[in-house]
Order: sequence, then structure tokens, then C-alpha cells
Amino acid sequence: MDVGIVSYGAYVPRYRITPMEIGRVWGQDGKAMSKGLYINSKSVPSPDEDVVTISAQAARGMMRRVQVDPADIGALYVGSESHPYAVKPTGTIVAEAIEASPELCVADLEFACKAGTAGMQMVMGMVGSGMIRYGVAIGADTSQGAPGDALEYSASAGGAAFLIGREDIIARFNGTLSYTTDTPDFWRREGQPYPSHGGRFTGEPAYFKHVGEAARRMMERMGTSPGDYNHIVLHQPNGKFPQRMASMLGFSDEQVSRGLLTPMVGNTYSGAVPLGLAAVLDVAKPGDRILAVAYGSGAGSDAFDITVTDAIKGFDRGAAPTIDAMMENTRELDYATYAKYRGKILMKG
Amino acid sequence: MREVAVIGTGVTQFGELWDHSFRQVGIQAGLEAVYDANLSGSEIDAMYIGNMSSGRFIDQHHIGALIADYSGMASHNVPSTRIEAAGASGSLAFRQGVMAVASGMHDVVVVGGAEKMTDVSDDASNFILNSAADQQWESMMGATFASLHAMIAKRYIHEGYATREQIAQVAVKSHLHGALNPKAQFQRQIKLETVLRSPMVAEPLTMFDCSPISDGAAAVVLCPLDKAHEYTDKPVKVLGTGQASDTLALYQRPDICSFGATKVASRMAYDIAGVGPEDIDLVEVHDDYTISELLALEDMGFFPRGEAGRAVESGETEIGGRLPVNTSGGLKARGNPIGATGVAQIVELVTQLRGDADKRQVKGAKTGMAQSIGGTGSTAVITIMGVA
Repeated sequence: MDVGIVSYGAYVPRYRITPMEIGRVWGQDGKAMSKGLYINSKSVPSPDEDVVTISAQAARGMMRRVQVDPADIGALYVGSESHPYAVKPTGTIVAEAIEASPELCVADLEFACKAGTAGMQMVMGMVGSGMIRYGVAIGADTSQGAPGDALEYSASAGGAAFLIGREDIIARFNGTLSYTTDTPDFWRREGQPYPSHGGRFTGEPAYFKHVGEAARRMMERMGTSPGDYNHIVLHQPNGKFPQRMASMLGFSDEQVSRGLLTPMVGNTYSGAVPLGLAAVLDVAKPGDRILAVAYGSGAGSDAFDITVTDAIKGFDRGAAPTIDAMMENTRELDYATYAKYRGKILMKG
Repeated sequence: MREVAVIGTGVTQFGELWDHSFRQVGIQAGLEAVYDANLSGSEIDAMYIGNMSSGRFIDQHHIGALIADYSGMASHNVPSTRIEAAGASGSLAFRQGVMAVASGMHDVVVVGGAEKMTDVSDDASNFILNSAADQQWESMMGATFASLHAMIAKRYIHEGYATREQIAQVAVKSHLHGALNPKAQFQRQIKLETVLRSPMVAEPLTMFDCSPISDGAAAVVLCPLDKAHEYTDKPVKVLGTGQASDTLALYQRPDICSFGATKVASRMAYDIAGVGPEDIDLVEVHDDYTISELLALEDMGFFPRGEAGRAVESGETEIGGRLPVNTSGGLKARGNPIGATGVAQIVELVTQLRGDADKRQVKGAKTGMAQSIGGTGSTAVITIMGVA
């Protein structure tokens, strides 16, 4: 029986900061940064938001759109590189928030920016084998960028949740595969507040190699070519990489644009491909075919070949906020407020 | 003293060679030079390797032995010597090789230069480069190579020797030439605006005024001129070399708008070669920063003080101009793997003088000159070469 997406929900914090404002503080050309990265603004979590609240918000939206008994959810995985606790799961809190406890399997996952899609693959396996009826995979982050570092222009917050099952699926997984090597392009050691990265090394030998290989191999396995897809959703650490990657693979700007949110929200890390996929599902029609390829530093890519089903017509998208609504309801911050919200100000005691 | 010729050259791609180790780039350039010279390994008498800081870049000292071993020369017990003079390491290795052949000590000598800089972080790389300045009185006090050159540039502008735009134009010209060199790190033309608007490094120098961090290697093969035709139809003759030292620290100099060592070494090389600035058809200079190129052109006697900037601006130093400078793209665009840089300059001169420079060929080039610098003008090495 086909395994697919039964529902989904997304959440992006409403606060935004622009590269111009960040550049103003650090004496850098924010406008050039904005153009170079193709990022016009990035989302900022408010002080009471973290990966738990973002995941819970996305998962609640996901549940509101369907009539599924939460007790039938047999697994919940949250992929993130900014889990609030080093030891103590995010997933248990999220499971309680959607009333899926106690009979379910929960784990927090980490694979840089692709732990959310790794969770999707795990749930696909469990659902497909009949081990569980429904499973939830969430990718969410409140990513870190050191003050003044290039990452600060992109590292943002957001996430999306997917309910995966075999019944009433709105999108079918035709296939998935991963391409993984040991390539240390970006890392953060235990206890370090900000990640380190290999500069341009994060490009060609890391992002482009893994995303490109996963996409090509997925199409080869499915016997498809770029023209067979209505949308391509790629990991988007900035706005430029996915555009360049898509063009290298032979996709057009039109195929990329719907799933490309980074120009508006920055790099949501583990939330990036899940959010891009949510944005596509927000407008998808029956029969639409989607190629989604996530990337996690370290490094690996997960590719998914997805076809939207007729069930999308009866799907209650309006029961939860769409991505477009989240792009409109925003408030811009100055750097001082941003620094306060992100805990970058050293407080007494 | 015997006359010396270059009979073979080799150079790797310069750039961020993440999938190549130090020994790989070294061997690649060396083998290319040896093949180019139609040599067999058993004919090689000695090797000289220019390298600034493999100890800190890749935690490997004793690279003379390393290169001898991995090039197969250790099995012939060929002597191999590593030469260090910061940015001038490669050119100094070349000069040592020339002296070894000229003196009659050795007949066939391979000179290589290599550096692998991208295995450490950008910050670490800057600290390593700073060790070429006076650690006690400059680097430890916070001066970086960029800031020392920024002081030179500020003074130079203050004295009215050049405008900021003329200094920046050096980078535009280097990229123009780099775009014609398939081995260059940067093969893209840039606009003056790009240089002026790029992120500030040390006022007035921006990112595009600075040579990059690079991996790469270059090598040449030397032999006595009278034996050169046994190996090649197009030997290129070493007409003269010069070397001079100055104070290690920049602040000790009475005048920072000129490198005295370049002047002395140039005079020495001109005297030996029996030529003057007016006889030179093309020049490779040590543009680790754009400002350095203007100092070099004046100190080598090509332009009176305060005239080099105007000459660059007017296109006189472009290919096709009166005196093409850094046809390879220079340190700025070709790249600057420190130990390889001086040898790569020689490779460019030989390529031009053989008439093999393709799109960047300087027509009718008969005599070329290279200037290489260690530190802020603390060591200067000059080489003049001519068609044999």
C-alpha cells in the first residue's frame, strides 16, 4: 500500500530582521550581503519561542487539518540542531501537546539541517512495514549564527510537521534515497554556542556535491527527468544555492520558486525543506509531482519523489495558517531588539 | 661561472585545492617540469624546494626529504634542500638552484615551490603569514600583513604618489590578466567599483586589494646553457639575479613608500645581465597587496616615484601596453601559495619568452624580469631572463 503525507503544518516566527540592519551594526555592506545571499529578511524567534514551541505549533496545525485520532500516532521524531535540551527530548513535549502520548515511539534526531527529512524516512519505513498506523516527522530549528559572522545574515527559525500514513494521503512518496559521506563542512561541538564552518568548502564539495548526487540518483531510479516535475524543493542555506543547484540539474526558476522561502525567512536549517514542501503543498493540485532534496552538513542529502493525490481537493488547508499568511504577518526588528531576543546580551548573574 | 638555462616548467592549478595534499601538488608540478624537460630521474643532480610554513600549515617539516621521497629521487639519493624566506621562498630557491648550476657544483637541478594553505582556518592562516613580519615588535603588537601594507598605502596616498583609485586599478588589471590564465585561481574580470566596495580589510585596502589564500605548486628544471639544447629547442636563459635584505620590521625604515631591497637587488641583477629597465619586455612583481605593485615598479626603475599609479591607470601595464605587468594574473588573480609564488613567476617568464602564453602572450617578448618579496620588503629577489 502507498505511503504518503496525510497532513502537514508549518510555523515561522513573525519577527524579521534585514541584512541591511545587521550590516549597519557590523560595518558591513548589508545590501551587498542581501544581494550576494539572496536573502531580504530572516525570521527571528521571540524570547519565548524555541524548537519545542515551533514544533508544537506546526504539529497542532497539522492535526487541525485532518480528523485523525492522535492516539493512532505510533511515532514522533523531531529533527533539529537546536533542541533546547542536550539531554531531555523535545519530542515528548510535542507528543503531549498533540495528545499522542503515551503509546508511541519518540526520539530527537540530529543531522545538521536534514534531521527532519531523516525523520520522514524513518516514519515512512515504520508506516510502510505496518509497524505503526501514523507517524509524525518534524524538522525545526532556531539556528545559531555568531554575532558578526556571515552566518548571522541567514541563520533563522521555523519548522514544519508531517503526518505520514497509508490512509487518505494527500501526497504519495514514490521513492526516497540518501547520499551520505563524511565531509566536515560545518559543525558545532558539545557546549559551543555557535557553529564553525569551512567557508567556501560548504559549497562545491559539500552542498552541491551531495544535493546534486541525491537528486540525480533519485531521478535515475525513478526514470524521470526535470521536465516531469512541477516543483523542486531544495535545501536553501541562502537563496542563491538552490537556484544554482536547480539550474545545474536542469530545472527552471519557475519550478524552484514556490518552494524557495529563504529570501523571505532566511535559513531555517532543519525546517528548510519541510517548510518549502509545506509551501508547495499549500498550492499543489492533484497529479503535481515534486522532487525534494534536503541537505545536512557533515554531510548527506535525502531525496524524495512525491506525487500529489486527488485527496488534496478535500483537504482542509484553511484549518491552519498557510505559509503565505505567515509571510504577510510579520514585524521587523532593529538589531538591539534582535540581540535581546536571541540572548546575545550578557545579563547580570 | 657558467651560464644557466631553464629547460622545463610545471605549474599546478592555483586555488582552493581541497582534494589535493601538499605532496600531491608538489609532485604534480615537479613531474610536469621533468617531462617538459624530457629528463629521466637519474639525470637529476639536486633539488631545491621553496616553502614558507609547511610546519604550521600542515604540521610537516623536513619537506626536502618528503619531496625527494615522493618524487622517487630518494632512491637516487639526490640531495634536496628546503629554502625559506617567507614570500620570497620560491624565488630564493630558484636563485640557489641557479647558483648551484652556475658554480659547476651541479648540472641538472629541479627547483620547486609549494604551499598548502587551506588546511587551516582563515584566521590561523593570517597568524602564520604574520610570522614573516617581526614577531616581537610587529605581529605580537597586533600588526598584520594587511595593516602594514595599509600603512604603506596611506602614506603613499598622503605623499600624493597615487590615488586610492589608481592603487585599486592594480587589482582590476591583475584580474584582466588572470582571466587569460587557465591555471589562475581567479579567472574573472572585475570592475574598479568591485575593489572599492568590497569589505574593508585595513583602510584603505579592501578584500580585492589583497592576494588570496591559495594552494599550489610550481617547478622548473635548470641546466648549463651549453647543454640546454640536448633537452629542449626553446631554452630560456637566466641573464642575471639579485638578492638583498632590509630591516625585518617596517617601522625601522626611513621611508616606507619604497623597498630599498628591491632597488639594490634590481641593480645587482641589471649589472649582471648587462641590461636596464628600458630593455625589459614584461615583468612579474610581488603584488601580495595592490600597493606593493606600485612600489615594485618604481623601485625596479620602470617609473619615477609617483608615476606607477598613473601608468597602471592608463593601461600601460596591461598586455599590449608599454610594459605588461603580471601577465599571469599576479599574486592577486593567479593566486599566492606562498612557497610556490616565486617559482610560478619564473614559469610565467619562461612561458612568455618561449612564446607559449597563448591568449596572454606578450608579442615579441625577448627579456623578462621577476621581483619577489619576503615580508614587507625585508628580502627581495630579482631574476632577469632572456630568450637564449
